Amino acid sequence: MRHDTVIIGAGPGGLAAARAAKRIGKRVLLIDDNWGPGGQIWRGYSGLDIDGIDKRYSTQVSDLDLDCEQLILACGARELFLPFPGWTLPHVVGAGGLQALVKAGLKIQGKRVVVAGSGPLLLAVAANLSKAGAEVVLVAEQASWGSLVGFGVSLWRWPEKIIQAAGLATSRFRASVWPVSAEPGRVVMSDGQTLQCDYLACGFGLVPNLELAMLAGCKIESGFVSVDAMQETSVRGIYAVGELTGIGGVEKAEAEGEAAGSRTALRGNHGAFVELLRQCFALREELKSLAKPDTIVCRCEDVTLGKIAACSSKREAKLQTRCGMGACQGRICGSALEFLRGWPPDTVRQPVHPVSVQDLLKQKETANP
Amino acid sequence: MPRIKLNGTLYDVPAQTSVAAALMNACFTARQSIEGEARGPLCGMGICFECRVTVDGIAYERGCQLQVRDGMEVTTDAA
Amino acid sequence: MNPDVLIVGGGIVGAACARAFLRQGMRVTIVERALIGGGATASGMGHVVVMDDSESQFALTHRSRDLWDELVPEMPVEVEFERRGTLWVAADEEELAAVSGKKAYYLERGVETELLDAKALYQAEPGLRAGMAGGFLVPGDSVIYAPCAANWLSEGATRVFGDVAEMGDGWVKLRNGDRLSAQVLICATGAWATELFPALPVKPRKGHLAITDRYPGAVHHQLIELGYLKSAHSHSTESVAFNVQPRKTGQLLIGSSRQYGVEDKAVEQHMVSKMLTRAVEYLPSIQKMSVIRLWTGFRAATPDKLPIVGLCPGLKQTYLATGHEGLGITTSLGSAELLLNLVSGQAGILHPADYGAERFAECRA
Ligand SMILES: Cc1cc2nc3c(=O)[nH]c(=O)nc-3n(C[C@H](O)[C@H](O)[C@H](O)COP(=O)(O)OP(=O)(O)OC[C@H]3O[C@@H](n4cnc5c(N)ncnc54)[C@H](O)[C@@H]3O)c2cc1C
Ligand SMILES: Cc1cc2nc3c(=O)[nH]c(=O)nc-3n(C[C@H](O)[C@H](O)[C@H](O)COP(=O)(O)OP(=O)(O)OC[C@H]3O[C@@H](n4cnc5c(N)ncnc54)[C@H](O)[C@@H]3O)c2cc1C
Ligand code: FES
Repeated sequence: MRHDTVIIGAGPGGLAAARAAKRIGKRVLLIDDNWGPGGQIWRGYSGLDIDGIDKRYSTQVSDLDLDCEQLILACGARELFLPFPGWTLPHVVGAGGLQALVKAGLKIQGKRVVVAGSGPLLLAVAANLSKAGAEVVLVAEQASWGSLVGFGVSLWRWPEKIIQAAGLATSRFRASVWPVSAEPGRVVMSDGQTLQCDYLACGFGLVPNLELAMLAGCKIESGFVSVDAMQETSVRGIYAVGELTGIGGVEKAEAEGEAAGSRTALRGNHGAFVELLRQCFALREELKSLAKPDTIVCRCEDVTLGKIAACSSKREAKLQTRCGMGACQGRICGSALEFLRGWPPDTVRQPVHPVSVQDLLKQKETANP
Repeated sequence: MPRIKLNGTLYDVPAQTSVAAALMNACFTARQSIEGEARGPLCGMGICFECRVTVDGIAYERGCQLQVRDGMEVTTDAA
Repeated sequence: MNPDVLIVGGGIVGAACARAFLRQGMRVTIVERALIGGGATASGMGHVVVMDDSESQFALTHRSRDLWDELVPEMPVEVEFERRGTLWVAADEEELAAVSGKKAYYLERGVETELLDAKALYQAEPGLRAGMAGGFLVPGDSVIYAPCAANWLSEGATRVFGDVAEMGDGWVKLRNGDRLSAQVLICATGAWATELFPALPVKPRKGHLAITDRYPGAVHHQLIELGYLKSAHSHSTESVAFNVQPRKTGQLLIGSSRQYGVEDKAVEQHMVSKMLTRAVEYLPSIQKMSVIRLWTGFRAATPDKLPIVGLCPGLKQTYLATGHEGLGITTSLGSAELLLNLVSGQAGILHPADYGAERFAECRA
């Protein structure tokens, strides 16, 4: 069946878009690779489902060959992971990553967790983990108090949860501190202290999942999809909402989803908040020297920083050292190298995620009846 | 409660648990890196591919993107 | 100071030429507008293979394979050399009958081969679909990783990153206005050769490939259907053939397709579909395998399937080394040797006239 509006991503942005598109009488298809709606923040919440639209969960879109009048990309963001000695050890997990795993049944009761990295997500994660029974030993934010103060005055824009979290976690909260190395069962922080922990939950902010937008040829500006007042990208009929257009949280994602789905202009000014977040949590230069020549950068192919020292672009590193050639298609090392070396993203081709031969054939069949 | 086999041992795991979480609860890591390091889940959201395991004979499934099913058999590289 | 040899194009062909002249103690400069080994060299399969479409093709591929073998002791690990052997798969008795005459032909020319009956075929490759008739094994063929090979072969040459806009007798002009010259100039710009020499009968021929995650032991030889010979050499606009290569990493490279008249490098679904369907017909187990990436590349095709290697008609110092179609990884070394012999006036194993541009009427004009 042909749909009027196809939405990829069922986080706050995609859900808002779906509701709005349904409201104006469109036939809607909502696709997400998770087994239910919610995206990153509402992962596992109940009561989010929307009746009267078609939904396809546990479905990863790896190619764009969809027949519809409007395609809304609401693919959200992933965490930025920066390499440091020991970051490949199994007890080092993403901050959002650990939270997602706990929501998916990981037992965290009584476990000692160090939450580190950067961004408002750290406090949210710390709060959620504590609630689930973890012992949060430390929340280490790399940004300085100075830059956080600017953010503090604007906390009202961020979900209430985080304000609570801030209160809850402040006694363990440290600014200007970051992990410098990890060993089994512990982590050494930049202020010199060594902490025992079951998990180091570590993420350095969020980066948008741009792959599908890039595949479609949408214009990307300063790392985000550029859109007009209706959220339409440079490619006619393709819209982008949420983190894809700027890291700005749930409120922005929902407002943009509403605009794209209802095909009306975006309400409210979210740009200022995006900019504020960016400034407050700008990554410090010292983080660029955490990785040593023998530190693995590309986890899929075990390529060290030393091996790519002589390369001058992602493509050269890929061709000569296999860096970024593995199953994650360079999503982890690529984002890190954008920060560490200033290398721009490589071109994107379908499939944007690994797919079985069988599924690749199935997909093609449906695409070409 | 679904009963699954992790590296040959049976476990009863609450429904809705992801394979990755089930492995971690049972103190298993996931894949072995090409240089032989034990790796566990990193991103928890299908991006990093560090949680790759063999599920019912199919290699390289992402444990964090799959929920446990009764009768499921999961093996990790190191096993 | 001017180099002795200036090579335009840092693909495997330019890199092989660089090495050949460097070995003679000459000073070599490579001008490359993108990345060393980043053109067709980065999109090919890296199969070093003897092919028998014509006597000249056999001679060039055979000589080149010998030259690759000579390099093995010096090769860095990144080149991922492995002597896998080529197993040409006969799907039915007709194909097997057609191939059985080849053994003697190869043997007369010093290439060892084996004819496999069905039983021997499945012993060699248990993963093949049941019902195949047999195969033709060329054990001496091998597999390399070409981008690293190009990087290695060109070590010692000066690298200049620039876009050549114009080429004359012993000189080039870059798009930024710089002029470079040398005693010997070689144009090794692959499928882009006609940008500099529009008269050359070289056409881009697009190919698709897929690579899987690691499945060590799933396939042991480079597997190709015998029908490949038909499709590789037909001039029809579109064809696919079963062609699967086990990489040293344990990954499988799945090919291949051929298309004329398509200039857009985008991955085309219908070609991928055709190509993978064909592969599954021969090797059903790949259905469950995970494909990490798809890509395309352009072969520099000539009307007679042989490369153009030799002096540029009408010039005295400028040589051509292009038109290597789907065999340039293999034939890079033979081509470089041929050029070196031409420049130094020595006789070699290969007959220069077979590969010279003058064999085409449009180049004699
Ligand atoms: C790991 C993580 C944890 C977070 N936790 C919190 C938190 O606790 N509190 C908080 O306030 N904010 C949190 N955030 C930020 C919050 O998620 C965002 O502000 C908000 O959810 C953005 O909404 P969105 O709709 O743009 O994207 P998301 O909510 O990220 O939704 C995007 C959805 O699209 C899916 N998707 C992406 N690509 C494809 C594809 N190719 N095929 C199919 N589906 C696809 C994703 O799996 C995801 O479900 C978190 C962010 C991340 C990355
Ligand atoms: C899908 C596919 C599979 C293949 N499989 C095999 C195989 O298994 N075995 C095999 O032997 N061969 C194979 N080939 C063929 C092989 O890849 C090519 O023949 C070979 O790489 C050609 O090398 P080259 O150096 O001539 O060209 P290229 O590698 O394309 O190099 C040419 C270089 O010249 C540069 N250049 C072009 N114009 C200019 C200019 N004006 N100024 C400066 N620089 C310039 C380009 O940037 C490029 O780097 C395959 C090809 C394809 C497409
Ligand atoms: S933990 Fe990253 S893909 Fe599963």
